[in-house]
Amino acid sequence: MALAAAGLLLFLLPLAGLIARAPWNQVGTELVATETATALGLSLFCSLTATAVALVLGIPLALVLSRTTGTLRGVLRALTTLPMVLPPVVGGVALLLAFGRSGLIGSPLHQLFGLQIPFTTTAAVIAETFVAMPFLVIAVEGGLRSLDSRYEESARALGANSWKVFARVTLPLLRPAIFSGAVLCWARALGEFGATITFAGNLPGRTQTIPLAVYVALETRPDGAIVLSLILLAVSLAILIGLRDRWLGAP
Amino acid sequence: MSLHAVIEVERGGFSLDIDLTVEAGETVAVLGPNGAGKTTLLRALAGLVPIAGRVELDGDVLDDSAVGRHVPTEERRVGIVFQDHVLFPHMTVLENVAFGLKRDRSRVARGWLDRSGLGDKAGVMPGELSGGQAQRVALLRTLVTEPRLLLLDEPLAALDVSVRAEVRRELSRQLAGFTGIRILVTHDPLEAIALADRLVVLEQGKVVQTGLPSEVTARPRSRFVADLAGVNLLRGTGKDDHIELDGGEVLAAPESGEGDVFAVIHPRAVALYLARPEGTPRNVWRARAEDLDLRGERVRVRLSGPVPLVAEVTPSAVRDLRLDAGAEVWVAVKATEISVYPA
Amino acid sequence: MIRRVLALGAFVFVTSCGGSGDGPAPASLTVFAAASLQPAFEKIGKDLQSKDSLHVTYNYAGTQTLTSQLTQGAQGDVFASADTAHMTTVVEAGLIEGTPKVFAHNRLEIAVAKGNPKGIHSLADLARSGLVVVLADPSVPAGKYAQQALAKAGVSVRPASLELQVTAVLTKVSLGEADAGIVYVSDVRTSGKVDGVAIPDPYNVVADYPIAILKHAQDSNAAFAFEALVLSPTGQSILVAEGFEGA
Repeated sequence: MALAAAGLLLFLLPLAGLIARAPWNQVGTELVATETATALGLSLFCSLTATAVALVLGIPLALVLSRTTGTLRGVLRALTTLPMVLPPVVGGVALLLAFGRSGLIGSPLHQLFGLQIPFTTTAAVIAETFVAMPFLVIAVEGGLRSLDSRYEESARALGANSWKVFARVTLPLLRPAIFSGAVLCWARALGEFGATITFAGNLPGRTQTIPLAVYVALETRPDGAIVLSLILLAVSLAILIGLRDRWLGAP
Repeated sequence: MSLHAVIEVERGGFSLDIDLTVEAGETVAVLGPNGAGKTTLLRALAGLVPIAGRVELDGDVLDDSAVGRHVPTEERRVGIVFQDHVLFPHMTVLENVAFGLKRDRSRVARGWLDRSGLGDKAGVMPGELSGGQAQRVALLRTLVTEPRLLLLDEPLAALDVSVRAEVRRELSRQLAGFTGIRILVTHDPLEAIALADRLVVLEQGKVVQTGLPSEVTARPRSRFVADLAGVNLLRGTGKDDHIELDGGEVLAAPESGEGDVFAVIHPRAVALYLARPEGTPRNVWRARAEDLDLRGERVRVRLSGPVPLVAEVTPSAVRDLRLDAGAEVWVAVKATEISVYPA
Repeated sequence: MIRRVLALGAFVFVTSCGGSGDGPAPASLTVFAAASLQPAFEKIGKDLQSKDSLHVTYNYAGTQTLTSQLTQGAQGDVFASADTAHMTTVVEAGLIEGTPKVFAHNRLEIAVAKGNPKGIHSLADLARSGLVVVLADPSVPAGKYAQQALAKAGVSVRPASLELQVTAVLTKVSLGEADAGIVYVSDVRTSGKVDGVAIPDPYNVVADYPIAILKHAQDSNAAFAFEALVLSPTGQSILVAEGFEGA
C-alpha cells in the first residue's frame, strides 16, 4: 500500500507542481494565441495520423509475430521493440540515415522523384510512428496470444475464408487489445520529442508539435511553456475519456 | 454418403492411428479416457490438424497425404461444435446463427431459431444465454450450414447436470432431423448410448473396440469400457471349462474355449457371505472389503483378494453382513454367471 | 548529438553524487558551456587536467538551455555563454560571483556541403527557391544573430527548420539533409565535414562569449583557475585555433 501510494505520488507531485506554478491569468491569452493553436492542431494531426498508420501496419505485424515461433520470433520481437529502448534522439538519427536526402531509401527517393522527407510534417508523422508503434504491436500481439483459437476454428468450419475470419471474428475479438494499444501508441506519439526534433526539425506549423513548442517556450517564456503543457494535458485527458466511452461503453 | 478415414497424427510423443468408416446417417460416439486422442481425431477430420493418411467424405477426398491433398476447413462442409459453445461473443444470437449462411441469411437463421423455440433470443448477446441455450444455439449455428459431417466435441460436458438431460433431448431431436454423418466425442457413457448408433472406443490413440452400444457394454475389451459399463473385466487363458487368470488364479467357467479370453462378471453376480458357503458355486474365496459406495438402491463393494472384483449388494445385505471397510467376507461367483469371449 | 546526450547524463550523475565526498578528492569542476565551445573547451580541459590535475566535467547545450537550467537551480562552477543577453539573465538571477568577462568572439558563416555543390556565395543566395536552409531557433544566440545578419542584408529566408542548437544546424548540413545553414566560423572550422562561405563584415554579427564564476561554485579556486586559463595566452591560442577570435 505504502509503495503504491509512493508510486502514485511520483505521478501526482509533478502534476501538482505544474498546476501550482501555472500562471492562470495567462491561460486565456495562451489559448487564443495562434502559435498555440497551430502547435496543438499539428500535434493532434501528427499523433492521430501516426496512430492510424500504426494500426494499418502494426496489426498485420502483430499477426505475423503471434504466428511465428522459435528464433525467428525472438528476432522479430526484438526488432519491433527496439524503438522502445532506443533513445528517441538516436531513433531520429537512424531515421535520417534511412529516409534522409542522402539516406538508404531517402537518397533514391530524392534523386528519382525530388522527394525530401526531413523537415516535413510527413517526417514528424514517421518519427512518431517509429517511436509509438511498438506499444500497439505489443498490445495487439498479447491480445492475439490470449485469444481462444477455437473462435477462429469455428468460423472456418462455418465456411469463412481467412479474410472473413479476420474481419468478422479475430478483429472484433481483439478490439479491447487494439483499443488499449492504440491509446498507448497515441499517447506516446503525442509526447514524442527526441526523434521528431532530430528527424523532422522544428518549424512552427510544419514540424513544431506541442512538445517542441514547450521546449522552445521553456527557455524564452517559462510561464507560456507551463500553460502549453497544461493545455496538452487537458486535451489528452478529454480525448482519452471521450474515446473510452465511445469504444468500450460503460467501463 | 459415407466417411472413410485413415488418420495418423504424430505430435510431441502422442500418436493417433485410426482407421474409421462411418455410414450415411449413422451417429458414432467416440469414447475414451482423457488424452486418448478423441479431440485430435475430430480436429483432424475438420482439417484443423495436419495428418498423414486419407480422409474421404461422400466421394470427395478431403485429405490424401500421399498426393499432398488437403482441403482447407472452410471448404470441407464439416461442422464442428465445441464443448463450451464458442459462440462469437460480439454478435447477437441471430448473427451467430446467420454467420455461415450465404444468402437470405437473416430470414433463414430466424426460421431455424423459431423452429427450435429460441426465436425470442434472436437479439440477445451470447453472454446473456444460459449454458444450455448457448449450446443449442451453437448446434443450430452449425446445422444451418448443412454440413455433410457433424463433429460434436463433448457437447454436454460443460453443462450443469440439471440442464444436461433437457439439452440431450434437444440434441437427440436435432440429430434425428440431420441427414449427414454425426461423430460425437464424449466420455459420458449415458450420452453415448442415448445418442449413438455405434460406439468407437479410443485408448492411447488407437481404436480398441467398436460396435453397437449394447455389444460394447456387454463385451468390454478394455478396463475403460468395463468401468463405463460398471462390470468386472478379467483376462486369462481359456481351458474349456475354466480360465487361468493372468494373476495365476483359476476361475471355473463353462464353455471358456481355448486361448486368450476376456471374462466379464456383473457385480450383482458376485455374492458375499459371512461364512464359507455350502453347495454348488465352485468359485469361492476369502476377500477383504476395501471400500463401500452407495449407488442409488445398491451398494458397490470393492474387494481385494485373489481376484479383485466389485460386488453390488443391497443396503440390507450390508447390514446383515456387518460390512464395512476392512471387513473380511467370503466371495462366491456362479460359473454360469461368467461371460467369456475371445480377447 | 548522441555524445551530447551522454554528456548531459554524465553531468546529472556527477552533480547528484557531488555532495557526498568530504575527503580530499581530486579537484573537480563543472562547466556549463555553450555548445559551440565544445571543441575548444575539450582541449582546455585536457590542458588543465595535465597541469593542475583538475578534472573538468562539461555540460554543453544551447546557451538558452543552460540559462534555464541554471535559473532552475542546476549546480555548476563556471558558465560560458554564447551571448551577453543570456549571461545578463543569469547575472540578474543573482547567480554570478563578480562580473562576467568576454573571452572570445565568434562570427557567423554559411555552412554548405563540401565543395559547395549548390554554388552558394552570399546570404542573398539563401533565398533561392528549392534550397533547403536550416537556421537555429531565434531563442538560441546563433539563431538570433542569423536573423540579425539576414535583416542587415535585406534577405528573407524560409527556413526548413529552426534547430534548438547551433550544432544541430551543422549536423543537418553535414548529413546532407540541408543545403545550407548559418553557424559560427568556429563550427565550420572544427566540423571538417562542411565548407564555410564567409559573410561580409557589414552584414556579419560578432558574438561575444562571456565567462563567469557561479556563486554557488563548489570549488571556487578551481573555477578561478579555469577562468584564468581561458583568458590566458594558452587558452586564447586554443580558442583561435578552433576558429574563435581572441578577446
